[in-house]
Amino acid sequence: MFKISKYVIYDILRNKVVVAYTTFLLIVSMSLFQMEENSSKAVLSLLNIVLIVVPLVSMVFSTIHWYNSYEFIELILTQPISRKKVLWSEYTGISSSLVTAFLIGVGLPVVIYNFNSTGLALILVGSLLTLVFTSIAFLASVKSKDKARGIGTALLLWFYFALIYDGLVLTILFAFSDCPMEKITLLLSSLNPIDLGRIYRILQMDVSALMGYTGATYKDFFGSSMGLLYTLGIMVIWIAVPVLLAVRSFNKKDL
Amino acid sequence: MIGPNGSGKTTLIKSILGLVKPGSGQIFFSDETISQNVEYRKNIGYMPQIGRYPDNMKIGQLFKMIKNIRTEKEWDEEMYYRFKLDTILDKSMKALSGGTRQKVSAALAFLFNPDVLILDEPTAGLDPLSSEILKDKILSEKEKGKLILITSHVLSDLDDLTTDVMYLQDGKIVFNKSMDELKQETGEEKLGKVIAWMIKHGLQKQEMSY
Repeated sequence: MFKISKYVIYDILRNKVVVAYTTFLLIVSMSLFQMEENSSKAVLSLLNIVLIVVPLVSMVFSTIHWYNSYEFIELILTQPISRKKVLWSEYTGISSSLVTAFLIGVGLPVVIYNFNSTGLALILVGSLLTLVFTSIAFLASVKSKDKARGIGTALLLWFYFALIYDGLVLTILFAFSDCPMEKITLLLSSLNPIDLGRIYRILQMDVSALMGYTGATYKDFFGSSMGLLYTLGIMVIWIAVPVLLAVRSFNKKDL
Repeated sequence: MIGPNGSGKTTLIKSILGLVKPGSGQIFFSDETISQNVEYRKNIGYMPQIGRYPDNMKIGQLFKMIKNIRTEKEWDEEMYYRFKLDTILDKSMKALSGGTRQKVSAALAFLFNPDVLILDEPTAGLDPLSSEILKDKILSEKEKGKLILITSHVLSDLDDLTTDVMYLQDGKIVFNKSMDELKQETGEEKLGKVIAWMIKHGLQKQEMSY
């Protein structure tokens, strides 16, 4: 399996988009750390950028790469290699290069300037989100045969998770503002990996004290090791389910 | 295997390779159904009708990669050298002409010395010299007792190669007979004439209904 992943990574390195992505992240993180006096403030700004950029790049890049390697996939499938193996190799290749890009672009500066639990939480959240959105992108691209539709689906999903979902949650919270909503908001946040990442990351800092009673409940939960396990668990589900569904549908597909 | 355009030849081949999943029924390779295990593809050399290869790879890289992915350590590189692919290793796949692509496909199909060869319109797009080289190779592999499945519209190419003819139309087998039987039945020697006779006499009824 790693033999094929190796060729996927080789191909990714050659087209230089991931290198540009790494450089972009590196420049953003370095300049934030240079400009802000307070490095934990810089980490917070960085978080906001990471939550928008990482899912977007992971999805669009994975989708386009999938369609571009269609010939490669077809060629490999005439060899004695199963579809499952091919898809997993593609996933491993793409996600590992994107995670590496993130670790160099954001992880390295964070470790240098702000090496503490909040910094580490940012690195963890960013890496997990990369895996999650690569996985969702795979599902979107396997399900849609033509390129335009695949990329369109990926972008719509990104809009949904990064922008629309928050609006929906706010509407719900506003409509039911009289009822105790802590448990439900916790559940709602689990339905969106970006939100989950954001909450987990913010509650590693002291600002949660400013968020009132809900913040306190959250702090209780996410601040403990249970919170870490919960976040990890939900994220793993978000990684595994789409890519497993993609494998299943790819197995039945006519090429 | 012959038949008009769109009669299902390529689809059948792709189903055998597992690239297309049949809506119903089973395909067996050496008594084992192909949906269980992909190892059977080890024994098949496939030359597609339209070879599609990663655009940004060079010929040399492509061959290196395929050899690396497969476990076999002995290669049949006769076609590779006879088509002089070793002199254009640095050409990128994107820049190849249709004919050179066909040469690459052919060289890949024979590379691992498989027991079964599936060649989908092998001579289409090849120049006469290369076409002869390929036919030579097919003959010599046939002599070794290999199963070779060829589709082609250039029936004159198939004359010396064919032992059995399967005629497909609209996804159905119209006839599947040995060459000797067909020759007797039609009194013709050349495959082209044989098929023309069969279509004229045997398929007349079907043709009428269209």
